[in-house]
Amino acid sequence: MDLLTELTILVLAAFVGFEVISKVPNTLHTPLMSATNAIHGIVLLGGLLLIGEATGFLDELLLVIAIAFGTINIVGGFLVTDRMLEMFKKRD
Amino acid sequence: MYTASFLQDPDFIRVLYIIAFICFIVGLRFLNHPRTARRGNAIAAVGMAFAVVATLLYDFVGDYLLIAVGIAIGTAVGVPAARSVKMTAMPQMVALFNGVGGGAVALISFVEYREALEHTGANPVLEQLIPILFAAIVGSISFWGSNIAFGKLQEIIPGRPIQLPGQQIINIVLLAVVIACAVIIAAGSESELLFLAILVGAALLGNMFVLPIGGADMPVVISLLNAFTGLSAAAAGLALDNVALIVGGMLVGASGSILTMLMAEAMNRSIPNIVAGGFGGVTITPGAAGDGEERPVRSTGAADVAIQLAYASRVVVAPGYGMAVAQAQHTVRELADELEKRGVRVDYAIHPVAGRMPGHMNVLLAEADVPYDHLKEMDEINPEFPQTDVALVIGANDVTNPAAREEEGSPIYGMPILDVDKAAQVIVLKRSMNTGFAGIDNPLFYNDNTALLFGDAKESVASVLAEVKEL
Repeated sequence: MDLLTELTILVLAAFVGFEVISKVPNTLHTPLMSATNAIHGIVLLGGLLLIGEATGFLDELLLVIAIAFGTINIVGGFLVTDRMLEMFKKRD
Repeated sequence: MYTASFLQDPDFIRVLYIIAFICFIVGLRFLNHPRTARRGNAIAAVGMAFAVVATLLYDFVGDYLLIAVGIAIGTAVGVPAARSVKMTAMPQMVALFNGVGGGAVALISFVEYREALEHTGANPVLEQLIPILFAAIVGSISFWGSNIAFGKLQEIIPGRPIQLPGQQIINIVLLAVVIACAVIIAAGSESELLFLAILVGAALLGNMFVLPIGGADMPVVISLLNAFTGLSAAAAGLALDNVALIVGGMLVGASGSILTMLMAEAMNRSIPNIVAGGFGGVTITPGAAGDGEERPVRSTGAADVAIQLAYASRVVVAPGYGMAVAQAQHTVRELADELEKRGVRVDYAIHPVAGRMPGHMNVLLAEADVPYDHLKEMDEINPEFPQTDVALVIGANDVTNPAAREEEGSPIYGMPILDVDKAAQVIVLKRSMNTGFAGIDNPLFYNDNTALLFGDAKESVASVLAEVKEL
């Protein structure tokens, strides 16, 4: 993909993000933050894309750490958000 | 390749990415309302599963053993941490998760640069090199900054601002050095050493940037670091030509930026001003604000408070970080239940920056089974204080300080506050007469309609509860 197409996607994603998130009430700020923490765990993909062609012990080690970090973000983030949201109840 | 099935077709993988984006965006949309939020989170998680599985399909993705090891380690660390973390420790957890994300980005960009040097003997083309450098810098700042934020919240490092002489000059020099190294690489120098210098310089900058920031400013810092990690992930996506990283990272970048702006607005301070450290860049020595003169306060006892509360018709609780520290949220809810049984209407006034992260109080009270429709946002509850019989301030200080409204010289002048002082009676639960985090004296305490109940928040609420039950 050429750079300009990617930048187009980047800019549009930013605006979608602004639009979707600008209405989140204060009540949900913490869950929003921890859910977005889980979403930036998508850096895991970076580790996956590089590790197959990585050569040398150091690069492989660094990528395994990066994959572990990304996984912590994803599983930890989604789980903890779910735990929090489970507690938000309306008055009976 | 003996079976290049359609599964490995890059177009098929891109289609799976599109499904992932739909899930992310719908999931975030559902996070707008407490009723649908849990489903939203689950949908976003499904989107993530699509993105990860799709990426694994690429024919050049390999070394599945190492991938499995990384994922296993991450799961072994992440799952127990997420399961066992206490709700009061949530700000630390969010800081830590921010950090590992930034750390992953920094590592990935470093490896990508090293691999490019090794395979081609030259720098990557500029349209990849620039995002790599950006991701390395911002990822490293985010990693170290988040670790310091974690340390402060976990009280490994003192939470008060730590400032070196000439801090701002040091920061500017560091930033200049980091950018200079990046420009030298971009101009054509192939040097792993310079790249390492960038990572180290950015690491120092991350430390220096969070150390001078006080605990009360934490909600802004955590949001800002969240935005940083998202942006660095998007940059890594540009470097790796991966559209899923671009979109996922940018959504987080946008969300973090919005939260940062909302938090800064709730404190009536600009982001550069907060990053510069201290209130207005000046360090206020505690006690100096009161001109050294002792003004009388009225202290009260649990029995009196119980009577005031039990015979009120409307009570508003204004919680702050002190409630979180004392873990008093469950006792507070029991007290509210007991009062409601007696026909008292109890609501909670939540300041956007009360606590140490955006929405901190809401999570704690939700944990204590307080229904979310009892939690009122500042704009909603402020007009109701004049009709409130008792405002019960639990461990909150600066967010209730009328000086923000009235005293033009005050460092917090202009910050929107909860107008608790407009209630008929104000009861402040406080550990001692020490000034709040910002070290600013609070005139609320000396008002005629204010009484102070000294002690640990949880114990104080428990003794008031016991007295109410006796009535």
